[in-house]
Amino acid sequence: MAVLAPTGDFRTSYRADTTIFPTLGSRAALWAGLAVLCFAPLVLDRYFLGLLINVGTLSIAALGLNILVGFSGQISIGHAAFFGLGAFASAWLHERFGIPVLLCIPIAGVMTAVVGLVFGAPAARLKGLYLAIATLAAQFILEDFFARAQWFTGGVSGRITESPVIGGFAFDREESYFYLVLAFVVVMFVAAANLMRTRDGRALVAVRDHYLSAEIMGINLAYYRTLSFGIASFYAGIGGALYAHHLLFVSVEAFNILFSIQFLGMVIIGGLGSIMGSLMGAAFMVALPEVVQSGADAIAGGALDRMLKIGGNISFLREMAIGAAIILFLIFEPDGLARRWKLIKAYWKLYPYSH
Amino acid sequence: MGDHAPILQADSVSLRFGGIRALTEVSFAVRQGEVFSVIGPNGAGKTSMLNIVSGRYRPTEGRILFDGGEITRMRPNRRAAIGIGRTFQNLALFGHMSVLDNIMVGRHHLLRSGFLSGMAWWIGGAQREELAHRREVEEIIDFLGIQHIRKAQAGTLSYGLRKQVELARAVALRPKLLLLDEPMAGMNLEEKEEMARTILDLNEEWGMTIMMIEHDMDVVMDISHRVMVLDFGRKLTEGRPEEVLVHPEVRRAYLGEDDAAPAETVPA
Ligand SMILES: Nc1ncnc2c1ncn2[C@@H]1O[C@H](COP(=O)(O)OP(=O)(O)OP(=O)(O)O)[C@@H](O)[C@H]1O
Ligand SMILES: [Mg+2]
Repeated sequence: MAVLAPTGDFRTSYRADTTIFPTLGSRAALWAGLAVLCFAPLVLDRYFLGLLINVGTLSIAALGLNILVGFSGQISIGHAAFFGLGAFASAWLHERFGIPVLLCIPIAGVMTAVVGLVFGAPAARLKGLYLAIATLAAQFILEDFFARAQWFTGGVSGRITESPVIGGFAFDREESYFYLVLAFVVVMFVAAANLMRTRDGRALVAVRDHYLSAEIMGINLAYYRTLSFGIASFYAGIGGALYAHHLLFVSVEAFNILFSIQFLGMVIIGGLGSIMGSLMGAAFMVALPEVVQSGADAIAGGALDRMLKIGGNISFLREMAIGAAIILFLIFEPDGLARRWKLIKAYWKLYPYSH
Repeated sequence: MGDHAPILQADSVSLRFGGIRALTEVSFAVRQGEVFSVIGPNGAGKTSMLNIVSGRYRPTEGRILFDGGEITRMRPNRRAAIGIGRTFQNLALFGHMSVLDNIMVGRHHLLRSGFLSGMAWWIGGAQREELAHRREVEEIIDFLGIQHIRKAQAGTLSYGLRKQVELARAVALRPKLLLLDEPMAGMNLEEKEEMARTILDLNEEWGMTIMMIEHDMDVVMDISHRVMVLDFGRKLTEGRPEEVLVHPEVRRAYLGEDDAAPAETVPA
């Protein structure tokens, strides 16, 4: 490995040293990426925009789970239930009280956070497998609540939601909704990056890395273990609300444990403890079924298809692909896509002197 | 130096783990401004005593007073704010964090931004606060001479460097009383001398009272104002280094000799 740092990486003030994206190149790439995304609705068709919107809503929730699992070292197998809670809460707030949808989304986030704090309270005492079981209970309790609370969720028939409107302009098409989600993604990701470079974010990581010495440093373990559940749920709630006002319909069955496992898959594949990794993981999880689908299309009708009797049953293939991806990542790239990306960047930075 | 009122007082402290008596009726006082060392053979209860002062263990009996108030049952995370910092015998850094972040965690109780103002970085004053504390942390980094590793991941460092980072982190708390559990274990002679100088600087220039466990008798004799000897959970004796060293029980129990001349030279 090269020991001498490449040029352009010298910071001369503490302020410059605390930026989220430390190098000039990474910041330029970020702005360029955002600029390109701003043009996406002009060039991409509806279907692709819909996929990008899904990446956005899921990545916000995945980021929340990453703060809980990756940064705080805890576990939750009930994240999808909180995602669902945010979706229903936002739809319900709008219909019941006539609150503008754009306000409903953050309020739904706060409501979800409060419920998350309640279910996260055992985290102050439980760890590892016991905590996992406690969050599993949250998953089932909330799912059961969704099925029973007709006033809130619409019961088996589900709940119709509406599009956000600002001053007469409705975000009711993929083209416009895309910008809304993009704005939320930027705000939520910047907030998380800020959190991780300040007191409470460091405290979360400290509790993860060595809770005994964190306590000696003045950190209240129970507070931070519970807080991370609150933050994770807030992110899940925001993501869920955005999801609800995009699909315009929320069904009770959507937020099951498989979905929760998918969220875990996103943070594992993206990279535990990596903010941008949450986005990559969500993108991977959205792209995977598309790839599987096109693969299935390619072999449809062929000999292989007849032999395996796959037919149109893509959902089965999809679950298998997700499971395989998680296992492969755990074995070969436990630090996720974010690390792979870093390695690639490092390679090009030092090119042609790598190795 | 060591001639002020006590900052820390242990009042007949006992600690039992089931049938094991880790400490039995130990009383002592650490005076404001002194370097107070605790020595004793393995398993004597030294770390247990430190754990009681830092709040990790609660004594089965007895009281701990700090700065005039009783802290026997105070939760450990409250003790940073009243001025107690410590390092651990077995390294206890936040392994995945950078050295800088490790030391910034030491500022935790001095920082005010919560998660909301932290998330809002530019608006709630979090940025200003971070930069102000960063400056102080850099002073500590300069003082310990670890500038070159400030961006390194703590878990990847060598043993000696990790010990230094742990000390930096404890110093960042700005404690009145600094507890050091074998700060020089596993170091070579040069590193030990460096560490001894650092501890003296912290004591004399930064005004910190030091309570230190250390096995290296040269160092203990060199830099301590007073020494307490523990053996099998009991206090054998306490006094100035040269007094302790000639105590017959100490020579038998700790230095493992019967009547040979003291192996360590007593500093003038
Ligand atoms: N958490 C614990 N549970 C049970 N026994 C303990 C615990 N902590 C310490 N002990 C016991 O208390 C006694 C004193 O241990 P302690 O760690 O305080 O010794 P020490 O003087 O620091 O020794 P060393 O020089 O090896 O560090 C030992 O017998 C030890 O086994
Ligand atoms: Mg010990």
